[in-house]
Amino acid sequence: MAAADAAVDREADRLTELDAAIGDADHGVNMRRGFTAVVSAQEVEPQATPGAVLVAAGRRLISTVGGASGPLYGTLLRGAGKALGDAAEVTPEDLGRALRAGVEAVARLGGAAAGDKTMLDALEPGARALERGGGFGEAARAAREGAVATVPMLARKGRASYLGERSVGHEDPGAASSALLFAALAEAAA
Amino acid sequence: MKMLINVPESVVADALRGLAAAHPELTVDVANRIVVRRDAPVAGKVALVSGGGSGHEPLHAGFVGPGMLSAACPGEVFTSPVPDQMVRAAAAVDSGAGVLFVVKNYTGDVLNFQLAAELAEDEGVQVARVLVDDDVAVAGGPHTAGRRGTGATLFVEKLAGAAADEGAPLERVEAVARRVNAASRSFGVALSACATPAKGGPTFDLPPGELELGVGIHGEPGRERRPMMTAREIADTAVDAVLDDLGPSGPVLLLVNGMGGTPLLELYGFGAEVHRALAERGVPVARTLVGNYVTSLDMAGASVTLCRADEELLRLWDAPVQTPALRWGR
Repeated sequence: MAAADAAVDREADRLTELDAAIGDADHGVNMRRGFTAVVSAQEVEPQATPGAVLVAAGRRLISTVGGASGPLYGTLLRGAGKALGDAAEVTPEDLGRALRAGVEAVARLGGAAAGDKTMLDALEPGARALERGGGFGEAARAAREGAVATVPMLARKGRASYLGERSVGHEDPGAASSALLFAALAEAAA
Repeated sequence: MKMLINVPESVVADALRGLAAAHPELTVDVANRIVVRRDAPVAGKVALVSGGGSGHEPLHAGFVGPGMLSAACPGEVFTSPVPDQMVRAAAAVDSGAGVLFVVKNYTGDVLNFQLAAELAEDEGVQVARVLVDDDVAVAGGPHTAGRRGTGATLFVEKLAGAAADEGAPLERVEAVARRVNAASRSFGVALSACATPAKGGPTFDLPPGELELGVGIHGEPGRERRPMMTAREIADTAVDAVLDDLGPSGPVLLLVNGMGGTPLLELYGFGAEVHRALAERGVPVARTLVGNYVTSLDMAGASVTLCRADEELLRLWDAPVQTPALRWGR
């Protein structure tokens, strides 16, 4: 979570720039506010297991981020945390399976699927790579490739969908932040 | 870009402190970001709670008071509030008669209000929700997030608020809100991009000689860019876009809404052209409101909202309202 916070903090301006192109120019600021809150909550009230850390972080994102990112990222982390249960140790494959459960919860909540030019386009390949035993580095690469693949897509969900054809040619900010979180995971595990 | 702010992080809290100072008839909880009419909960009355990103002032906090909203939850700039705010607001205004959440159709607002409704119901508050989606510039259907909620929000909040004031039960207030939304359509035009405090500059580039047709209220580009037009041409374009979608119409409520950066001199002139365009198309205007009500920070431009009016809606429109931004009849 500290690595995620640091990554979001470092890249906040880039996320906001991406969002300015096809959204409303606040994604970086919102993500930074959320992860800062997650880290400070973790310091005040440390959670014992990886699952509990993720559930608490998800709840924290929902109550601090707002917008669509709060409920969607909150649901991702809560869903993954619940899937991990109270296991004391988790392998990268366990985390991959748990993230897949979280990704499915995000897809249900947002009514979106891969190919709609959303965070799912980075989350899904990232989680799948982990699940298959590719490790964190491989997952981060897959998520980044997924985010880059959103550039030529036509947005069908979220605020970018209002732009129709004009959304083509821009990387989706949610996919970019999702890739960033996988990169942070790889960095923290290295 | 010069802005009259301290730091971007505190703009919402600073504005709420100012609102509290200017309007002692409101209870403003700056820490939790809730604005509540001071006499809430009003016994036996259905409560209306709305909210959304900040930057659209006076929407929504400016519409809190007798005859309109019971409470408003301002989010960060252009970012929906969080469920905690909505649940707190619902608890503060519920008299036992239930709460109607007025939600504009944006993914963030929809998701957060959905979570909030579930949480509030867990706490024993009866909650209904109405979705406002009036913007004809966005196609409905599966290929977009659906039409945006824009100017019709004011009509929904005023008319459903009046119904609640008359003592209507929750299902009736909800039905009025849905009917108003179904009878309303909007179209917006931007002459400049707005600047968000977080970005510190315009959210898109709009050269001086061009305008954006079909814009929303979040500084996002519209559906088409054209060379600059006269007020007359813009009025014809907007009225045609709205009427194409609304269908043939009898008397209408008309909102000529400024986006925040256009002076009233221009808005009234534009309003005159909208009246002319409607008259030429055989649409009688029953009531007109001109001003900056559903804004997009400092964006220059305007939107036109029409609501097909019947006798009941006209009566609800004329009913007294006493809020910071809308006030008549008392």
